[in-house]
Amino acid sequence: MLDTHLTVAQKPAATLTTPAIAVHDLTTGYRKEPVLRDINLAVEPGALVGVIGPNGGGKSTLFKTILGLHKPWTGRVLINGDAEKPGRKIGYVPQTETVDWTFPVTVGDVVMMGRYPRLGFLRRPGQRDREAVAEALTQVKMLDHRDTQIGQLSGGQRQRVFIARALCQEPDILLLDEPVSGVDAVTQHQIFELLERLCVSGKTVIVASHDLHCVAQRFDHVLLLNGRVVGYGPPEHVLTQPLLNETFRSHLLLLQVDGRTFIVEDTGHARRP
Amino acid sequence: MPDVLSLLLEPLSYGFLLRGLVAATLIGVICAVIGTFVVLKGLAFIGDALAHIAFTGIVVAFLSGLAFYLGALVAAILAALGIGVVSRRSGISLDTSIGIFFSGIFALGIVLMSVGIKTYTVDLFSYLFGNVLGTQPGDLISIAGLGLLVLVTVLVLYKELLFTSFDPVAAEAAGLPSERLQMLLLVLLSVTVVVSVQAVGVVLVVAMLVTPSATAYLLTDRFGRMMAYGAGFGALAAVVGIYLSYYLNVPSGGAIVLVATTLFLLTAALSPKRGGWRRLIGSPAS
Repeated sequence: MLDTHLTVAQKPAATLTTPAIAVHDLTTGYRKEPVLRDINLAVEPGALVGVIGPNGGGKSTLFKTILGLHKPWTGRVLINGDAEKPGRKIGYVPQTETVDWTFPVTVGDVVMMGRYPRLGFLRRPGQRDREAVAEALTQVKMLDHRDTQIGQLSGGQRQRVFIARALCQEPDILLLDEPVSGVDAVTQHQIFELLERLCVSGKTVIVASHDLHCVAQRFDHVLLLNGRVVGYGPPEHVLTQPLLNETFRSHLLLLQVDGRTFIVEDTGHARRP
Repeated sequence: MPDVLSLLLEPLSYGFLLRGLVAATLIGVICAVIGTFVVLKGLAFIGDALAHIAFTGIVVAFLSGLAFYLGALVAAILAALGIGVVSRRSGISLDTSIGIFFSGIFALGIVLMSVGIKTYTVDLFSYLFGNVLGTQPGDLISIAGLGLLVLVTVLVLYKELLFTSFDPVAAEAAGLPSERLQMLLLVLLSVTVVVSVQAVGVVLVVAMLVTPSATAYLLTDRFGRMMAYGAGFGALAAVVGIYLSYYLNVPSGGAIVLVATTLFLLTAALSPKRGGWRRLIGSPAS
Protein backbone atom coordinates (compact mmCIF):
# COMPACT_ATOMS: atom_id res chain seq x y z
CA MET A 1 0.00 0.00 0.00
CA LEU A 2 2.75 2.36 1.02
CA ASP A 3 4.83 1.32 -2.00
CA THR A 4 2.04 2.05 -4.45
CA HIS A 5 1.47 5.39 -2.84
CA LEU A 6 5.13 6.31 -3.20
CA THR A 7 5.29 5.31 -6.85
CA VAL A 8 2.23 7.37 -7.67
CA ALA A 9 3.55 10.33 -5.77
CA GLN A 10 6.94 10.20 -7.50
CA LYS A 11 5.71 9.86 -11.02
CA PRO A 12 4.45 13.38 -11.72
CA ALA A 13 7.57 14.86 -10.16
CA ALA A 14 9.70 12.67 -12.42
CA THR A 15 7.89 13.74 -15.61
CA LEU A 16 8.11 17.40 -14.67
CA THR A 17 11.88 17.24 -14.57
CA THR A 18 12.54 14.90 -17.48
CA PRO A 19 16.23 15.57 -18.15
CA ALA A 20 17.26 16.75 -21.61
CA ILE A 21 19.96 14.10 -21.49
CA ALA A 22 19.91 11.15 -19.11
CA VAL A 23 22.75 8.68 -19.09
CA HIS A 24 22.20 5.49 -17.09
CA ASP A 25 25.00 3.12 -16.07
CA LEU A 26 26.82 3.68 -19.35
CA THR A 27 29.96 1.71 -20.06
CA THR A 28 31.52 1.77 -23.52
CA GLY A 29 34.81 1.94 -25.39
CA TYR A 30 36.71 0.80 -28.46
CA ARG A 31 37.64 -2.76 -29.25
CA LYS A 32 38.01 -4.28 -25.80
CA GLU A 33 39.28 -1.15 -24.13
CA PRO A 34 36.65 0.63 -22.03
CA VAL A 35 36.82 4.41 -22.27
CA LEU A 36 33.81 5.27 -20.15
CA ARG A 37 32.75 3.29 -17.08
CA ASP A 38 29.47 3.45 -15.18
CA ILE A 39 28.51 6.91 -16.34
CA ASN A 40 25.38 8.30 -14.71
CA LEU A 41 24.33 11.77 -15.62
CA ALA A 42 21.17 13.88 -15.82
CA VAL A 43 21.34 17.21 -17.62
CA GLU A 44 18.42 19.56 -16.99
CA PRO A 45 16.81 21.32 -19.95
CA GLY A 46 18.26 24.80 -20.44
CA ALA A 47 21.53 24.01 -18.71
CA LEU A 48 24.90 25.27 -19.97
CA VAL A 49 27.28 22.44 -19.19
CA GLY A 50 31.03 22.49 -19.56
CA VAL A 51 32.72 19.11 -19.93
CA ILE A 52 36.34 19.05 -18.89
CA GLY A 53 38.84 16.27 -18.56
CA PRO A 54 42.19 15.15 -19.88
CA ASN A 55 42.74 14.01 -23.46
CA GLY A 56 41.57 10.44 -23.74
CA GLY A 57 39.25 11.02 -20.79
CA GLY A 58 36.24 10.12 -22.92
CA LYS A 59 34.76 13.50 -23.84
CA SER A 60 34.42 12.69 -27.52
CA THR A 61 33.24 9.16 -26.80
CA LEU A 62 30.56 10.51 -24.48
CA PHE A 63 29.44 12.93 -27.20
CA LYS A 64 29.35 10.22 -29.84
CA THR A 65 27.35 7.96 -27.56
CA ILE A 66 24.86 10.72 -26.80
CA LEU A 67 24.55 11.37 -30.54
CA GLY A 68 23.85 7.69 -31.15
CA LEU A 69 27.00 7.28 -33.27
CA HIS A 70 28.65 4.98 -30.78
CA LYS A 71 26.88 2.06 -29.13
CA PRO A 72 26.87 1.60 -25.35
CA TRP A 73 28.24 -1.74 -24.14
CA THR A 74 25.92 -1.53 -21.20
CA GLY A 75 23.50 1.10 -19.98
CA ARG A 76 21.57 3.60 -22.07
CA VAL A 77 21.13 7.20 -23.08
CA LEU A 78 17.75 8.92 -23.05
CA ILE A 79 17.19 12.16 -24.95
CA ASN A 80 14.14 13.99 -23.56
CA GLY A 81 13.24 10.66 -21.96
CA ASP A 82 13.39 8.89 -25.32
CA ALA A 83 15.80 6.02 -26.06
CA GLU A 84 15.64 6.39 -29.85
CA LYS A 85 18.52 7.73 -31.92
CA PRO A 86 18.31 11.50 -31.41
CA GLY A 87 18.81 12.51 -35.07
CA ARG A 88 18.02 16.16 -35.53
CA LYS A 89 17.02 16.73 -31.88
CA ILE A 90 20.71 17.30 -31.19
CA GLY A 91 22.77 19.82 -33.11
CA TYR A 92 26.41 18.77 -33.27
CA VAL A 93 29.35 21.12 -33.76
CA PRO A 94 32.46 19.08 -34.59
CA GLN A 95 36.04 20.04 -33.85
CA THR A 96 37.19 22.31 -36.64
CA GLU A 97 40.32 20.23 -37.16
CA THR A 98 38.19 17.40 -38.52
CA VAL A 99 36.68 19.52 -41.31
CA ASP A 100 38.06 19.65 -44.86
CA TRP A 101 38.33 23.42 -45.40
CA THR A 102 39.28 23.07 -49.07
CA PHE A 103 35.82 21.63 -49.88
CA PRO A 104 34.03 23.80 -52.47
CA VAL A 105 31.14 24.93 -50.27
CA THR A 106 30.17 28.39 -49.08
CA VAL A 107 29.06 29.47 -45.62
CA GLY A 108 25.45 29.40 -46.82
CA ASP A 109 25.86 25.86 -48.23
CA VAL A 110 27.25 24.54 -44.94
CA VAL A 111 24.49 26.09 -42.85
CA MET A 112 21.87 24.77 -45.26
CA MET A 113 23.14 21.24 -44.53
CA GLY A 114 21.53 21.65 -41.13
CA ARG A 115 18.17 21.65 -42.95
CA TYR A 116 18.80 18.49 -44.98
CA PRO A 117 17.64 15.94 -42.37
CA ARG A 118 14.48 17.99 -41.89
CA LEU A 119 13.81 18.05 -45.63
CA GLY A 120 14.15 14.33 -46.08
CA PHE A 121 15.05 12.65 -49.35
CA LEU A 122 14.19 14.19 -52.71
CA ARG A 123 12.95 17.53 -51.38
CA ARG A 124 14.98 20.56 -52.31
CA PRO A 125 15.46 23.47 -49.91
CA GLY A 126 12.68 26.04 -50.20
CA GLN A 127 11.94 29.57 -49.07
CA ARG A 128 11.40 28.53 -45.44
CA ASP A 129 14.82 26.82 -45.39
CA ARG A 130 16.58 29.83 -46.86
CA GLU A 131 14.97 31.97 -44.19
CA ALA A 132 16.14 29.58 -41.49
CA VAL A 133 19.69 29.78 -42.86
CA ALA A 134 19.59 33.58 -42.89
CA GLU A 135 18.20 33.58 -39.35
CA ALA A 136 20.91 31.24 -38.04
CA LEU A 137 23.62 33.26 -39.77
CA THR A 138 22.22 36.46 -38.28
CA GLN A 139 22.32 34.88 -34.82
CA VAL A 140 26.03 34.17 -35.16
CA LYS A 141 26.64 37.50 -36.97
CA MET A 142 27.89 35.83 -40.15
CA LEU A 143 25.17 36.82 -42.63
CA ASP A 144 27.59 39.05 -44.56
CA HIS A 145 29.80 36.03 -45.27
CA ARG A 146 27.04 33.89 -46.72
CA ASP A 147 28.75 33.47 -50.11
CA THR A 148 32.29 33.06 -48.82
CA GLN A 149 34.07 29.74 -49.35
CA ILE A 150 34.64 28.24 -45.90
CA GLY A 151 38.42 27.96 -46.29
CA GLN A 152 38.69 31.74 -46.36
CA LEU A 153 37.25 32.21 -42.86
CA SER A 154 39.15 32.85 -39.65
CA GLY A 155 39.07 30.29 -36.82
CA GLY A 156 36.33 32.09 -34.93
CA GLN A 157 34.22 32.57 -38.04
CA ARG A 158 34.51 28.87 -38.87
CA GLN A 159 33.22 27.99 -35.41
CA ARG A 160 30.30 30.35 -35.76
CA VAL A 161 29.35 28.88 -39.14
CA PHE A 162 29.20 25.40 -37.67
CA ILE A 163 27.17 26.67 -34.72
CA ALA A 164 24.80 28.23 -37.26
CA ARG A 165 24.47 24.88 -39.03
CA ALA A 166 23.53 23.22 -35.76
CA LEU A 167 21.02 26.01 -34.98
CA CYS A 168 19.48 25.68 -38.41
CA GLN A 169 18.56 22.14 -37.51
CA GLU A 170 16.33 23.64 -34.77
CA PRO A 171 17.52 21.17 -32.12
CA ASP A 172 16.65 21.09 -28.42
CA ILE A 173 20.22 20.25 -27.49
CA LEU A 174 23.56 21.48 -28.80
CA LEU A 175 26.79 19.52 -28.41
CA LEU A 176 29.96 21.48 -29.14
CA ASP A 177 33.37 19.84 -29.29
CA GLU A 178 36.10 22.35 -28.37
CA PRO A 179 34.35 25.38 -29.90
CA VAL A 180 36.82 27.93 -28.52
CA SER A 181 40.12 26.20 -29.19
CA GLY A 182 42.36 28.35 -31.37
CA VAL A 183 39.97 31.28 -31.18
CA ASP A 184 40.91 34.78 -29.98
CA ALA A 185 39.52 36.21 -26.74
CA VAL A 186 36.97 38.51 -28.40
CA THR A 187 35.50 35.71 -30.50
CA GLN A 188 35.52 33.42 -27.49
CA HIS A 189 33.49 36.00 -25.63
CA GLN A 190 31.03 36.31 -28.56
CA ILE A 191 30.61 32.55 -28.79
CA PHE A 192 29.87 32.24 -25.08
CA GLU A 193 27.42 35.12 -25.20
CA LEU A 194 25.62 33.32 -28.00
CA LEU A 195 25.58 30.04 -26.06
CA GLU A 196 24.22 31.82 -22.98
CA ARG A 197 21.46 33.38 -25.05
CA LEU A 198 20.57 29.96 -26.45
CA CYS A 199 20.30 28.54 -22.95
CA VAL A 200 18.02 31.37 -21.89
CA SER A 201 15.80 30.53 -24.87
CA GLY A 202 15.48 27.00 -23.47
CA LYS A 203 18.13 25.03 -25.35
CA THR A 204 20.44 22.69 -23.52
CA VAL A 205 24.06 23.37 -24.41
CA ILE A 206 26.95 21.03 -23.68
CA VAL A 207 30.48 22.12 -24.46
CA ALA A 208 33.68 20.12 -24.28
CA SER A 209 36.49 22.49 -23.47
CA HIS A 210 40.12 22.55 -22.54
CA ASP A 211 39.75 26.03 -21.19
CA LEU A 212 39.22 25.52 -17.46
CA HIS A 213 39.31 29.22 -16.85
CA CYS A 214 36.41 29.76 -19.19
CA VAL A 215 34.44 26.86 -17.82
CA ALA A 216 34.84 28.18 -14.30
CA GLN A 217 33.39 31.55 -15.25
CA ARG A 218 30.81 30.86 -17.89
CA PHE A 219 29.03 27.62 -17.20
CA ASP A 220 26.27 26.89 -14.74
CA HIS A 221 27.21 23.21 -14.61
CA VAL A 222 30.54 21.45 -14.91
CA LEU A 223 31.13 17.79 -15.70
CA LEU A 224 34.53 16.45 -14.71
CA LEU A 225 35.22 13.43 -16.87
CA ASN A 226 38.11 11.02 -16.76
CA GLY A 227 36.82 7.62 -17.77
CA ARG A 228 34.11 8.13 -15.18
CA VAL A 229 32.18 11.03 -13.74
CA VAL A 230 34.55 12.59 -11.22
CA GLY A 231 32.13 15.39 -10.44
CA TYR A 232 29.00 17.05 -11.79
CA GLY A 233 27.36 20.21 -10.54
CA PRO A 234 27.69 23.98 -10.30
CA PRO A 235 31.29 25.17 -10.81
CA GLU A 236 31.65 26.39 -7.24
CA HIS A 237 30.89 22.89 -5.96
CA VAL A 238 32.79 20.88 -8.52
CA LEU A 239 35.87 22.91 -9.32
CA THR A 240 37.64 22.06 -6.10
CA GLN A 241 41.26 21.21 -5.64
CA PRO A 242 40.73 17.52 -4.76
CA LEU A 243 38.30 16.87 -7.64
CA LEU A 244 40.52 18.60 -10.20
CA ASN A 245 43.51 16.62 -9.02
CA GLU A 246 41.47 13.48 -9.39
CA THR A 247 40.36 14.46 -12.90
CA PHE A 248 43.70 15.46 -14.31
CA ARG A 249 45.93 13.42 -12.03
CA SER A 250 48.31 16.33 -12.02
CA HIS A 251 48.62 19.44 -10.00
CA LEU A 252 46.27 22.18 -10.95
CA LEU A 253 46.04 25.11 -8.63
CA LEU A 254 42.81 26.90 -8.02
CA LEU A 255 43.15 30.61 -7.34
CA GLN A 256 40.37 32.85 -6.11
CA VAL A 257 40.95 36.50 -6.94
CA ASP A 258 38.18 39.03 -6.36
CA GLY A 259 35.62 36.28 -6.37
CA ARG A 260 36.78 34.98 -9.77
CA THR A 261 38.23 31.53 -10.12
CA PHE A 262 41.48 30.98 -11.96
CA ILE A 263 43.08 27.67 -12.62
CA VAL A 264 46.78 27.38 -13.20
CA GLU A 265 48.96 24.38 -13.73
CA ASP A 266 51.37 23.85 -10.87
CA THR A 267 54.55 22.91 -12.66
CA GLY A 268 56.51 22.67 -9.45
CA HIS A 269 58.97 25.35 -10.46
CA ALA A 270 57.49 27.88 -8.09
CA ARG A 271 57.75 25.62 -5.08
CA ARG A 272 59.79 27.03 -2.28
CA PRO A 273 62.46 24.95 -0.58
CA MET B 1 34.08 28.09 -92.57
CA PRO B 2 32.50 25.40 -94.75
CA ASP B 3 35.87 23.65 -94.61
CA VAL B 4 35.83 23.52 -90.82
CA LEU B 5 32.24 22.35 -90.89
CA SER B 6 33.02 19.54 -93.27
CA LEU B 7 36.04 18.59 -91.19
CA LEU B 8 33.69 18.26 -88.24
CA LEU B 9 30.83 16.59 -90.07
CA GLU B 10 32.66 14.22 -92.40
CA PRO B 11 33.74 11.71 -89.75
CA LEU B 12 30.19 11.51 -88.45
CA SER B 13 29.05 9.77 -91.61
CA TYR B 14 30.82 6.71 -90.28
CA GLY B 15 28.59 4.83 -87.87
CA PHE B 16 31.50 3.63 -85.72
CA LEU B 17 32.79 7.16 -85.25
CA LEU B 18 29.41 8.57 -84.36
CA ARG B 19 28.89 5.79 -81.81
CA GLY B 20 32.37 6.39 -80.41
CA LEU B 21 31.70 10.09 -80.11
CA VAL B 22 28.41 9.60 -78.28
CA ALA B 23 29.89 6.93 -76.00
CA ALA B 24 32.97 9.00 -75.14
CA THR B 25 30.89 12.11 -74.43
CA LEU B 26 28.53 10.20 -72.14
CA ILE B 27 31.51 8.68 -70.34
CA GLY B 28 33.21 12.06 -70.03
CA VAL B 29 30.11 13.46 -68.33
CA ILE B 30 29.50 10.50 -65.99
CA CYS B 31 33.16 10.29 -64.99
CA ALA B 32 33.25 13.98 -64.10
CA VAL B 33 30.08 13.80 -62.00
CA ILE B 34 31.45 10.91 -59.93
CA GLY B 35 34.93 12.41 -60.29
CA THR B 36 33.79 15.41 -58.24
CA PHE B 37 33.53 13.08 -55.24
CA VAL B 38 36.71 11.25 -56.25
CA VAL B 39 38.73 14.47 -56.26
CA LEU B 40 37.24 15.88 -53.06
CA LYS B 41 37.39 12.63 -51.09
CA GLY B 42 40.72 11.41 -52.46
CA LEU B 43 39.27 8.24 -54.01
CA ALA B 44 41.52 8.19 -57.08
CA PHE B 45 43.51 5.18 -55.93
CA ILE B 46 40.31 3.27 -55.19
CA GLY B 47 39.00 4.15 -58.67
CA ASP B 48 42.20 2.90 -60.25
CA ALA B 49 41.98 -0.32 -58.25
CA LEU B 50 38.35 -0.86 -59.27
CA ALA B 51 39.27 -0.48 -62.96
CA HIS B 52 41.97 -3.13 -62.67
CA ILE B 53 39.66 -5.48 -60.80
CA ALA B 54 36.95 -4.90 -63.42
CA PHE B 55 39.42 -6.12 -66.03
CA THR B 56 39.74 -9.47 -64.27
CA GLY B 57 35.94 -9.59 -64.15
CA ILE B 58 35.89 -9.06 -67.91
CA VAL B 59 38.40 -11.88 -68.48
CA VAL B 60 36.42 -14.24 -66.27
CA ALA B 61 33.20 -13.28 -68.07
CA PHE B 62 34.91 -13.87 -71.43
CA LEU B 63 36.16 -17.31 -70.38
CA SER B 64 32.80 -18.39 -69.05
CA GLY B 65 30.87 -16.95 -71.97
CA LEU B 66 29.04 -14.31 -69.95
CA ALA B 67 28.46 -10.70 -70.91
CA PHE B 68 31.49 -8.46 -70.43
CA TYR B 69 29.58 -5.82 -68.55
CA LEU B 70 28.13 -8.33 -66.15
CA GLY B 71 31.54 -9.75 -65.26
CA ALA B 72 33.10 -6.34 -64.87
CA LEU B 73 30.21 -4.97 -62.84
CA VAL B 74 30.07 -7.90 -60.45
CA ALA B 75 33.85 -7.83 -59.90
CA ALA B 76 34.00 -4.06 -59.40
CA ILE B 77 30.97 -3.83 -57.10
CA LEU B 78 32.19 -6.73 -54.95
CA ALA B 79 35.59 -5.04 -54.74
CA ALA B 80 34.01 -1.68 -53.89
CA LEU B 81 31.98 -3.21 -51.07
CA GLY B 82 35.07 -5.07 -49.87
CA ILE B 83 37.05 -1.83 -49.83
CA GLY B 84 34.21 -0.16 -47.95
CA VAL B 85 34.32 -2.84 -45.27
CA VAL B 86 38.12 -2.75 -45.01
CA SER B 87 38.13 1.04 -44.72
CA ARG B 88 35.96 0.86 -41.61
CA ARG B 89 38.29 -1.51 -39.83
CA SER B 90 41.43 0.28 -38.97
CA GLY B 91 44.49 -1.86 -38.50
CA ILE B 92 46.27 -2.14 -41.80
CA SER B 93 46.41 0.98 -43.93
CA LEU B 94 43.66 1.15 -46.53
CA ASP B 95 46.10 2.10 -49.30
CA THR B 96 48.27 -0.90 -48.59
CA SER B 97 45.41 -3.37 -48.49
CA ILE B 98 43.90 -1.99 -51.70
CA GLY B 99 47.34 -2.14 -53.31
CA ILE B 100 47.77 -5.78 -52.34
CA PHE B 101 44.35 -6.91 -53.47
CA PHE B 102 44.01 -4.95 -56.66
CA SER B 103 47.43 -5.88 -57.98
CA GLY B 104 46.78 -9.48 -57.00
CA ILE B 105 43.41 -9.65 -58.69
CA PHE B 106 44.68 -7.81 -61.78
CA ALA B 107 47.61 -10.22 -62.04
CA LEU B 108 45.14 -13.08 -61.87
CA GLY B 109 43.24 -11.50 -64.76
CA ILE B 110 46.37 -11.25 -66.90
CA VAL B 111 47.38 -14.84 -66.18
CA LEU B 112 43.86 -16.12 -66.86
CA MET B 113 43.82 -14.19 -70.12
CA SER B 114 47.02 -15.75 -71.41
CA VAL B 115 46.29 -19.26 -70.13
CA GLY B 116 42.61 -19.50 -70.89
CA ILE B 117 42.40 -17.76 -74.20
CA LYS B 118 44.59 -19.51 -76.76
CA THR B 119 43.28 -17.49 -79.63
CA TYR B 120 42.87 -14.32 -77.75
CA THR B 121 41.39 -11.54 -79.65
CA VAL B 122 42.21 -7.86 -79.69
CA ASP B 123 39.04 -7.41 -77.68
CA LEU B 124 40.62 -8.00 -74.30
CA PHE B 125 43.59 -5.78 -75.01
CA SER B 126 41.19 -3.04 -75.95
CA TYR B 127 39.96 -3.05 -72.36
CA LEU B 128 43.46 -2.34 -71.14
CA PHE B 129 44.03 0.66 -73.38
CA GLY B 130 40.52 1.47 -74.49
CA ASN B 131 38.93 1.42 -77.92
CA VAL B 132 35.95 3.67 -77.92
CA LEU B 133 35.76 3.57 -81.71
CA GLY B 134 34.97 -0.10 -81.41
CA THR B 135 31.76 0.65 -79.48
CA GLN B 136 28.92 -1.57 -80.72
CA PRO B 137 25.28 -0.46 -80.72
CA GLY B 138 24.67 -2.84 -77.82
CA ASP B 139 27.55 -1.29 -75.85
CA LEU B 140 26.08 2.13 -76.43
CA ILE B 141 22.81 1.02 -74.87
CA SER B 142 24.70 -0.38 -71.82
CA ILE B 143 26.72 2.81 -71.44
CA ALA B 144 23.64 5.01 -71.75
CA GLY B 145 21.59 2.83 -69.38
CA LEU B 146 24.22 2.48 -66.65
CA GLY B 147 25.29 6.10 -67.08
CA LEU B 148 21.72 7.29 -66.66
CA LEU B 149 21.42 5.15 -63.53
CA VAL B 150 24.50 6.82 -62.03
CA LEU B 151 23.39 10.34 -62.97
CA VAL B 152 19.84 9.90 -61.68
CA THR B 153 21.11 8.43 -58.40
CA VAL B 154 23.46 11.36 -57.87
CA LEU B 155 20.70 13.82 -58.73
CA VAL B 156 18.17 12.19 -56.39
CA LEU B 157 20.61 11.92 -53.46
CA TYR B 158 22.52 15.09 -54.30
CA LYS B 159 22.21 16.86 -50.96
CA GLU B 160 22.70 13.70 -48.91
CA LEU B 161 25.85 12.77 -50.85
CA LEU B 162 27.13 16.32 -50.48
CA PHE B 163 26.56 16.42 -46.71
CA THR B 164 28.05 13.00 -46.08
CA SER B 165 31.08 13.72 -48.29
CA PHE B 166 31.76 17.02 -46.59
CA ASP B 167 31.15 16.04 -42.98
CA PRO B 168 30.29 12.34 -42.50
CA VAL B 169 30.13 12.46 -38.71
CA ALA B 170 27.81 15.45 -38.52
CA ALA B 171 25.69 14.00 -41.34
CA GLU B 172 25.26 10.79 -39.42
CA ALA B 173 24.62 12.65 -36.18
CA ALA B 174 21.89 14.58 -37.96
CA GLY B 175 20.25 11.29 -38.92
CA LEU B 176 21.57 10.56 -42.42
CA PRO B 177 22.70 6.97 -43.12
CA SER B 178 26.27 8.17 -43.68
CA GLU B 179 27.86 4.76 -43.91
CA ARG B 180 25.36 3.46 -46.46
CA LEU B 181 25.67 6.62 -48.54
CA GLN B 182 29.45 6.21 -48.65
CA MET B 183 29.03 2.60 -49.70
CA LEU B 184 26.61 3.74 -52.39
CA LEU B 185 29.19 6.22 -53.62
CA LEU B 186 31.71 3.39 -53.99
CA VAL B 187 29.15 1.34 -55.93
CA LEU B 188 28.45 4.31 -58.22
CA LEU B 189 32.19 4.69 -58.66
CA SER B 190 32.52 1.06 -59.70
CA VAL B 191 29.66 1.33 -62.21
CA THR B 192 31.29 4.46 -63.65
CA VAL B 193 34.64 2.72 -63.92
CA VAL B 194 33.12 -0.28 -65.69
CA VAL B 195 31.30 1.94 -68.16
CA SER B 196 34.50 3.88 -68.88
CA VAL B 197 36.88 0.96 -69.27
CA GLN B 198 35.82 0.37 -72.84
CA ALA B 199 36.47 3.94 -73.91
CA VAL B 200 39.73 4.82 -72.26
CA GLY B 201 40.88 1.48 -70.91
CA VAL B 202 41.80 0.26 -67.45
CA VAL B 203 45.03 2.21 -67.38
CA LEU B 204 43.53 5.61 -68.17
CA VAL B 205 40.16 5.48 -66.37
CA VAL B 206 41.53 7.29 -63.36
CA ALA B 207 42.46 10.25 -65.57
CA MET B 208 38.85 10.61 -66.72
CA LEU B 209 37.70 10.44 -63.09
CA VAL B 210 40.14 12.98 -61.79
CA THR B 211 41.31 15.41 -64.48
CA PRO B 212 38.07 17.13 -65.65
CA SER B 213 36.80 17.48 -62.06
CA ALA B 214 40.14 18.80 -60.86
CA THR B 215 40.07 21.33 -63.70
CA ALA B 216 36.61 22.42 -62.58
CA TYR B 217 37.81 22.70 -58.98
CA LEU B 218 40.28 25.36 -60.08
CA LEU B 219 37.45 27.49 -61.40
CA THR B 220 34.79 27.46 -58.69
CA ASP B 221 34.10 27.39 -54.98
CA ARG B 222 30.72 25.73 -55.34
CA PHE B 223 30.12 22.00 -55.31
CA GLY B 224 27.31 21.98 -57.89
CA ARG B 225 29.26 24.15 -60.30
CA MET B 226 32.34 21.99 -59.90
CA MET B 227 30.21 19.03 -60.99
CA ALA B 228 28.69 20.91 -63.95
CA TYR B 229 31.97 22.43 -65.18
CA GLY B 230 33.66 19.06 -64.75
CA ALA B 231 31.00 17.43 -66.92
CA GLY B 232 31.64 20.14 -69.53
CA PHE B 233 35.40 19.54 -69.49
CA GLY B 234 34.87 15.77 -69.65
CA ALA B 235 32.58 16.08 -72.68
CA LEU B 236 34.89 18.57 -74.38
CA ALA B 237 37.92 16.31 -73.87
CA ALA B 238 35.94 13.38 -75.30
CA VAL B 239 34.79 15.21 -78.44
CA VAL B 240 38.13 16.88 -79.20
CA GLY B 241 39.97 13.65 -78.38
CA ILE B 242 37.86 11.62 -80.78
CA TYR B 243 38.44 14.05 -83.65
CA LEU B 244 42.17 14.13 -82.96
CA SER B 245 42.19 10.37 -82.84
CA TYR B 246 40.43 10.25 -86.22
CA TYR B 247 42.55 12.82 -88.04
CA LEU B 248 45.93 12.04 -86.50
CA ASN B 249 45.30 8.32 -86.42
CA VAL B 250 46.24 7.96 -82.73
CA PRO B 251 44.56 5.79 -80.04
CA SER B 252 41.29 7.38 -78.93
CA GLY B 253 41.77 6.73 -75.17
CA GLY B 254 45.16 8.37 -75.13
CA ALA B 255 43.95 11.31 -77.22
CA ILE B 256 40.96 11.98 -74.92
CA VAL B 257 43.10 11.89 -71.79
CA LEU B 258 45.75 14.13 -73.33
CA VAL B 259 43.12 16.72 -74.21
CA ALA B 260 41.79 16.56 -70.62
CA THR B 261 45.32 16.99 -69.26
CA THR B 262 45.96 19.94 -71.57
CA LEU B 263 42.72 21.59 -70.41
CA PHE B 264 43.83 21.12 -66.81
CA LEU B 265 47.27 22.62 -67.37
CA LEU B 266 45.83 25.59 -69.26
CA THR B 267 43.28 26.19 -66.51
CA ALA B 268 45.87 25.87 -63.77
CA ALA B 269 48.06 28.42 -65.55
CA LEU B 270 45.21 30.87 -66.08
CA SER B 271 43.11 30.06 -63.00
CA PRO B 272 41.56 33.08 -61.32
CA LYS B 273 41.33 31.14 -58.06
CA ARG B 274 44.68 31.93 -56.57
CA GLY B 275 46.29 29.08 -54.77
CA GLY B 276 43.67 26.68 -56.16
CA TRP B 277 46.36 24.49 -57.60
CA ARG B 278 48.19 24.31 -54.28
CA ARG B 279 44.98 23.63 -52.38
CA LEU B 280 44.18 20.80 -54.75
CA ILE B 281 47.56 19.19 -54.34
CA GLY B 282 47.40 19.66 -50.59
CA SER B 283 43.82 18.45 -50.14
CA PRO B 284 43.56 15.44 -47.83
CA ALA B 285 43.42 12.02 -49.41
CA SER B 286 41.28 9.78 -47.28
